[in-house]
Amino acid sequence: MESMVMLEKEFDVVIGLETHVQMNTNTKMFCGCKVEFGAPPNTNVCPVCLAHPGTLPVINKKAVEYAVKAALALNCKIHNLSIMARKNYFYPDLPKGYQISQYDKPLATDGYVEIKVGDSFKKIRIHRLHIEEDAGKTIHEGSYSYVDLNRAGTPLMEIVTEPDISSPEEARKYLEKLRNIMRYIGVSEADMEKGQLRCDVNISLKPKGSDKLGTKVELKNINSFRFIVKAIEYEIERQSKLLKKGEKIIQETRLFDPESGKTYTMRTKEEAHDYRYFPDPDLLPIVLKDQDIENIKKSLPELPDQKYHRYVETLNLPPYDAEVLTSDKNLAIYFEQVISIFPQNPKIVSNWILNELLGKLNDKGIDIENSPITPQSFAELISLIVDGTISGKIAKEVFDIAFETGKSPKQIVEEKGLKQISNEDEIRNIVKSVLEKHPAEVEKYKSGNEKILGFLVGQVMKETKGKANPQLVNKILREELA
Amino acid sequence: MSLWKKTALELSNLIKSKEIKPSEVVQSFIERKRQVEPKIQAYVTDLEEFAIQMAKKLDEEITKLEKIPDLFGIPIAIKDNISTKGIRTTCSSKMLENFVPIYDATVIERLKEQGYVITGKTNLDEFAMGSSTENSAFFTTKNPWDLERVPGGSSGGSAAIVAAAAVPLSLGSDTGGSIRQPAAFCGIVGLKPTYGRVSRYGLVAFASSLDQIGPFSRTVEDAALIMNVIAGKDNRDSTSKDVPVPNYLEEIKKDVKGLKIGLPKEFFTDDLDPQIKDTVLNAVKQLEKEGMSVEEISLPHAKYAIETYYIIAPAEASSNLARFDGVRYGYRTKDYSDLEEMYSKTRNEGFGSEVKRRIMIGTYVLSSGYYDAYYLKAQKVRTLIYQDYVKAFEKVDVIISPTTPDVAFKIGEKSSDPIQMYLSDIFTVSANIATVPAISIPCGFKDNLPVGMQITGKPFDEATILRVAYRYQNIYRFYEKIPME
Ligand SMILES: [Zn+2]
Repeated sequence: MESMVMLEKEFDVVIGLETHVQMNTNTKMFCGCKVEFGAPPNTNVCPVCLAHPGTLPVINKKAVEYAVKAALALNCKIHNLSIMARKNYFYPDLPKGYQISQYDKPLATDGYVEIKVGDSFKKIRIHRLHIEEDAGKTIHEGSYSYVDLNRAGTPLMEIVTEPDISSPEEARKYLEKLRNIMRYIGVSEADMEKGQLRCDVNISLKPKGSDKLGTKVELKNINSFRFIVKAIEYEIERQSKLLKKGEKIIQETRLFDPESGKTYTMRTKEEAHDYRYFPDPDLLPIVLKDQDIENIKKSLPELPDQKYHRYVETLNLPPYDAEVLTSDKNLAIYFEQVISIFPQNPKIVSNWILNELLGKLNDKGIDIENSPITPQSFAELISLIVDGTISGKIAKEVFDIAFETGKSPKQIVEEKGLKQISNEDEIRNIVKSVLEKHPAEVEKYKSGNEKILGFLVGQVMKETKGKANPQLVNKILREELA
Repeated sequence: MSLWKKTALELSNLIKSKEIKPSEVVQSFIERKRQVEPKIQAYVTDLEEFAIQMAKKLDEEITKLEKIPDLFGIPIAIKDNISTKGIRTTCSSKMLENFVPIYDATVIERLKEQGYVITGKTNLDEFAMGSSTENSAFFTTKNPWDLERVPGGSSGGSAAIVAAAAVPLSLGSDTGGSIRQPAAFCGIVGLKPTYGRVSRYGLVAFASSLDQIGPFSRTVEDAALIMNVIAGKDNRDSTSKDVPVPNYLEEIKKDVKGLKIGLPKEFFTDDLDPQIKDTVLNAVKQLEKEGMSVEEISLPHAKYAIETYYIIAPAEASSNLARFDGVRYGYRTKDYSDLEEMYSKTRNEGFGSEVKRRIMIGTYVLSSGYYDAYYLKAQKVRTLIYQDYVKAFEKVDVIISPTTPDVAFKIGEKSSDPIQMYLSDIFTVSANIATVPAISIPCGFKDNLPVGMQITGKPFDEATILRVAYRYQNIYRFYEKIPME
C-alpha cells in the first residue's frame, strides 16, 4: 500500500461535503410533535407526520429562524424569498412519499467557513444552505422491516460546500468547525453519534495541477469524524489505483462500511432517482424582510472565529491556546467565567485549563460543563498560585483534591495546612538542619559539584512536605553554602 | 308541509324557536332518504343510525343551551374525501375502503361546534378525479332527475342527495368544477369559494393548489348559512387566508342595482348549445331588469384552461397520492416478495384506472427534461389566466356563463372517452386556475334536465356572487321543484 502522502503528490483530491444538521427545536418542522432522541418507537407522531390523508404541513417558524442563524454564522447570503419544494421518492420511512425540502430557491447561498491549515486559514466556501425535514428510520431484523417515524419531520438544514476541500484532514476540520458553530449559536447539538450531524462526501481525483475535474463519487452512511477520514482515505487510494491502471472511475454512490473500512457500490448513475421536484403547493414561500434578517443577526452570540481573534489580540493568548479554548463552546464559556473572576492573568488560566483540567476531564470522560471544579473554584486556585499562597507543585495536589471532592481550594489549603512557607527565617532554619544532616553532600558542593544542589533542595522540600517556596529555598541554600 | 321540504334556514329558525326538535328534523329526512337513496345511491356510508342517536343527544342538549348555533340539529351530508374522525373516509377508492381517520377536518370541527348532524359520507369519483361518479370504485350515483343519467362529479353523491331533498345541505370539494358541475346537473346551488377561503385541512388532497371545499344546497340562503360557519382562516392550512368573513346571510339581502355583469365572449361561442345559451342569456336578462348592467368581456387565455388544468392537477395529484403506499394504512396487497413489489402491486390493485392515468400524466410532466415544457409552462399560463380575471374585474363585478356545455349525460356515455369527459369542465376549471369564487345555480331546463348558470366573482368576494344568485332565486324560484317527489 502506497502512503497517502505519495498518492496526494500525484493527484489533486477534490472534495465537497453535503452535511445534514438536525435542528434542536422543541417541535418538528411541520407539526407540533416533540423532537426527542431515544423515545420509544412511534410515540412522537401525529396525523401530520404520519401523512394521514388530508393533513397539511405548517412551517415551524423557529426552525426558519434557526436556519437563518446558521446561515448568517456561515457568512451566507440570506434570500428574501425562498421556496419549499417536494422531493418525490418512495421509501417506507418517508410517510408522504415525498420529502419537503428546498430546491431551486434555497434559504441561503454563498457563504464560507474558515479552517486552520497549518499556520494559515483556508476558506471553505458554502454553496448553499436549505431547510428540509428528516425521514423516519427503517430497522431491518431478520425477514422483517420496522419503521419508526419519531424522527420523521425533524427540522434539518442541508449545508453544501463548494469542492474546496483537498484532504481527509481538511474534511475533518471543516466538520469540526461546522459542529462548533452550530453549538455556539445553539441551533443543534450536532452530535454525529446521535445522527444530529450527518455527512455525505463527494470526491474526485485529478492529475496534479490539471484543471479538468475527475469523475465524482458520492460516499454515504458515514457517522463519525474518524470514519469520514477513513472513508476518504480509502476512496483516494481506490480511485488513484484505478486511475494509474488507466481505468475509468464510475460515477456512483458508495456506502462506507465501518467494519472493513472500505466503500461499496450502492447505486450507479443509471439507477439515480428522478426526484421530480416542484414547489410544495401546501406551503407559502418563506419571506424574510431585511429587518427580520438584521434582527436575527443581532441575536447571534460571539462566534468561534471572533472569539479566537479576541483571545489572541486582546487577551494575548498564544494562537494554539485560543484555538483549543474556542473549539468547544462550553470550554470557552468556562474559560471566560474563570477570567471574569480572575482577570489578572488569562495566560496562566489558559495553561491550567489546557494542561491540567482538560487532561483530567478527558481521563474521567467528563464534559467541561460538568467539571467537578467550578469556574469559581478554578479562579480561586489560580489566585492562590499567583499570590504565592501555594506553590505550583502544591497547586497540583490541591487541584487533584478539589477535582475528587469538589471542595474549594482555599478550604483544602486550610484543612491540609498546605500554605506555602515563605518566611525566610523559618526556611533558613530548615536549610541549616538539612545541611547539618548531610555534610558529605555539602563537601561535594563546595568542591564544585553544583548538581548536588538539587538533592539538597529536594531534602528541604521533603522536610516541609513541599510547602516551602522553591525560589526562597534556592536562594537561602546558596547563601548558606557560600 | 313535510319538514324535509324545508330549507336549512327555515329548519334552523324552527329549532331555535323550539317549535321543532332536532330528532324530528332528522327523522323526516331519514324517511325521505329511505325513499330515494336505493334509487340514487348517493351514500358510500349511510349513517342513519348514528344520525338518530346524535339527534337524540341534541334534543337534550338544546334545553341547556343559552344560544343555539345556526346549524344546530341540521342534517348535513359530507363528501367522502373529507376526514371524519371515527367514520370511514374512503375517497370512493379501494385504497381506503376500510380507512377510519383519527382526526376531523377543520370544516368538520366547525360543523361539530355548531351541533350539526352528519347523515352520511357521499359517493365521488375516486379521489375526486372525474365528472360523473363513474370513477367511484364502489358504484355510480344516479341523477335524481333522470336515473339513467349521471349526477355529475366528482361530488356527485353530495349533489344528488341534496337535489333529492334527502338532506338540506352537503359539503363537496371542487378542483376543476367538482361542485359546480354536479350542482348544475342536479339542479341545485353549488359554491366553490375562493382558494384560501375555506380550510383544506382534512380534505384528502387531489390537487392542492386548486382544491376547495364548498357547499351544496337547494337555496342560496342555505349556502350563505353554512358559509358563515366554514369560511375563515385556519392555522392548520397555510394557504387559507386571513380575510374577514362577512355575514353572508345579511350580504345576500343587499340590492344588486348598479352591479355589472360581464359575459366572456370566449364562453358564448357559436359552438355552444343554443338551448343552453338561450337559457343562460334569458337569466341574465332577468337580472338586467333588476338594475344590473351587462357587457361583453374577454378572457383571452381561458381557452388554455383545460390544458393547464390537466397538467397542474395531475402533477400535484401524482405527488399527493404517493402516501398511499400500503405501509401505514389503507389497502396493502396480499402477496409480495419485496418492497418494490409491495408498492407496485398495492398501488396497481388499490387505484382505479382514472387515478392511475392521472398519476402517470403527473409523473411525466414533472420528470426532469419535461418539467419546463409542461409544469412550468402551465404555471405561466395559469398566471395569464389569473390576470385575465383581474383585468375583467376592473370592469365588471361578476362574470356569468353556463356552468357546463350541456345537461347531465347518460351513464356510460362518456366513460370510454376521457377527453370528452375532461371537456365537460371547460367553463368551470378557469375559476380554479384563477383561484376566484364561483357559484352554480339552476336557471332553467333543457329536455327536462336542469341547466346551470355560473356566476364568478372577485377573489374573496363570495358575498357578491351569493347576492346576485339570491336575487335571481327570488325571480326564478328553482328550489320549489323537487325531483322524485
Ligand atoms: Zn407530528
